[in-house]
Amino acid sequence: MAESTLTSSQPADPAPDSAAAAVAAEREVVRRNILLSTPALIVLFCAASGPLMIVLVYAFLTAGDYGGVVWTFSTEGWLNVFMQRDIFDETLTVADAHMSIFWRSVKLSFLTTVTALVLGFPTAYFIATRPVQTRNLWLFLITIPFWTNLLIRTFAIMEVIRNQGVINSVLMSTGLISEPIQMLYTDFAIMLGMTYVYLPLMVLPIYASMERFDFRIVEAGYDLYASRFQVLRQLIIPLVKPGIIAGSILVFVPSLGAYVPPRVLGGGKNMMLGNLIELQFGQGRNWPLGAALAITLLIIVMFALIFYVRSAQKNGGGHG
Amino acid sequence: MWSARGAGLRRFVPVKGYLCVFSCASKKLVVQSGIKGADGRQSLPRPEGTTNEDHLAPGESPPSISVDIERISKVFGAGSEAFKALNDVSVGIRENEFFTLLGPSGCGKTTLLRLIAGFDHPTSGRIRLHGEDIAHLPPYQRPVNTVFQSYALFPHMSVGQNIGFGLEMQGKPKREVAETVERMLALVRMEPLRDRQTSQISGGQQQRVALARALAPHPKVLLLDEPLSALDLKLRKEMQIELKRLQNETGITFVFVTHDQEEALTMSDRIAVMSAGRILQVGSPQEIYEQPADRFVADFIGETNFLTAELTKINGDMARVMLASGRQVMAGLPEGATPEPGNVSLVVRPEHARLIPPGDNAHLSGRLDNIVYFGTDTHFHVALADGGAFIVRQQNARAPELSMEKGADVGIVFDRNAAQILRD
Repeated sequence: MAESTLTSSQPADPAPDSAAAAVAAEREVVRRNILLSTPALIVLFCAASGPLMIVLVYAFLTAGDYGGVVWTFSTEGWLNVFMQRDIFDETLTVADAHMSIFWRSVKLSFLTTVTALVLGFPTAYFIATRPVQTRNLWLFLITIPFWTNLLIRTFAIMEVIRNQGVINSVLMSTGLISEPIQMLYTDFAIMLGMTYVYLPLMVLPIYASMERFDFRIVEAGYDLYASRFQVLRQLIIPLVKPGIIAGSILVFVPSLGAYVPPRVLGGGKNMMLGNLIELQFGQGRNWPLGAALAITLLIIVMFALIFYVRSAQKNGGGHG
Repeated sequence: MWSARGAGLRRFVPVKGYLCVFSCASKKLVVQSGIKGADGRQSLPRPEGTTNEDHLAPGESPPSISVDIERISKVFGAGSEAFKALNDVSVGIRENEFFTLLGPSGCGKTTLLRLIAGFDHPTSGRIRLHGEDIAHLPPYQRPVNTVFQSYALFPHMSVGQNIGFGLEMQGKPKREVAETVERMLALVRMEPLRDRQTSQISGGQQQRVALARALAPHPKVLLLDEPLSALDLKLRKEMQIELKRLQNETGITFVFVTHDQEEALTMSDRIAVMSAGRILQVGSPQEIYEQPADRFVADFIGETNFLTAELTKINGDMARVMLASGRQVMAGLPEGATPEPGNVSLVVRPEHARLIPPGDNAHLSGRLDNIVYFGTDTHFHVALADGGAFIVRQQNARAPELSMEKGADVGIVFDRNAAQILRD
């Protein structure tokens, strides 16, 4: 501003004048850009940052007697994430229940990601190697489950694995087992459900990478004495790695916060983080603890992402 | 005894091949420049004559067969959509030779190459490599490497890693891999670019990397699938010479696929001309050019005049034919066929005929229809008296022997043995 007034007072020199005009024009552009992005910023604030802020603030408040929060600063919520206070003598012990829920969440999410990768990679490979005309049909089939409500899909899985379900009936009628195998309400059931629900999220990004993959490179590999396994390890996997990483993140992150599959397939006892958070906001009536748990989940996801990115860079660096 | 001799041959032959190509090339130049080659065809042995054998001392055995392709057929698809890409193809590719499969796109030349590489398997027939049937082997068990048309370099590896890939897959020790990579980089003159990514080098350099990568494991046979088609003209000429040099230095059998007749003529020891899934003729560039056995071969390679004549008498490997004008000339017989007396098709290359003033000496006579000036030579289009057309190519001289005007009556005289009978 000061500059432009200074230069405009010297009309003898035309160059600074045009410079000032350029600066003004640039400012105009910046202002217009800010104006244009305002709707998006409003949505982002109202739907993402704002609620997150509220959660963050609630985590440092005191729980109200019947839910809600009392506006007094407290770290009790955070303390409760990791420790539990004895009702009688107020001594602090590690909250084993919470720890086992954290551990189950991470473990099951990891297993789900690995299983989805093991199932999804060959599926994506299969689709990518079909003739172009039929590929869309296969993709369509992969995405069909998305059309159905998550709850209904989860109940379908339940129908398959419960004691009187499809698997146990078949096994018993063939005489392979005499007693039904208890699959429902176990960690296995949760993992199976999450794998089924999130599998398309693994298949689609890997397929997207593979579609761009030049399969003549595979022929070149075979030609240069690489066996099928070596072609897979040395050529295909490194080249579709971005898809594998994207798919893994897309499966791992929602698995960590999954609510419906553990609730339906894990029964009441095999809780995951999502269920614990829901419990604190609902029956537990401990909103600060729920908020603190939500933030904890966020931090775990962040660490997981950092780990992924790091390992991706490290492996990628080997090839330059 | 035999193997020791074979080894000696192996080391020596490439050098001969090298010499031969240049002698062939110069011969061709001589022919094209219009100076009448008196040695013409008679010096060439027939019908099995090849340039390799040409230079073999008496008593030396002919080169052994490297890739023996025996009655190979390949059908893609099934039922009504079935497409016969190769139809009963047999050919023996000799050790250490630069063998070219030449033909228009869709003639089956790339299919044949892919069968040798092992990417596809023949519907029927046998492929033998040094006597061993390899048709059932997967590509990674064949001592054969390919230079792909698209190069198919590994984009996540450096130049050096690309070149070393085959050796690493063979489980060679690290030091040997490193040494071979260095040697290959030197061979294709790419030493400074070893650590570059393949996306950071030019098309010509990628071509060299693809070559070095395929040569590094020292295959028995190197297959090249139109490797020069993506390069611009100048680079292509350079790479033609480069390829020839590499073949001589490595002593590896090259099987080269191209649709470019000039590329085939200048680089090959022998050429197989293919059309519609069949091999029509196999021979040295000179044989293919000067003694085409088939109408397609004659038409596909260079410019040709087609005539109809009447075969009167076969005399050894030549035949006496009577032209439409009533004049009789000697003509070569096509490879692998003995025509019956009666009407036959005849080809005469435009540079193997001369224009003369009309008269009794002329084999054919007609009226000069058009004159096209090409700088080094001129094409004279003659409308023949019996209705056909004939093109004579003549080297341009500073002082032309006779000046021709459009519309003038002219006679055409063939060089000795210029006419070649086709199998129809």
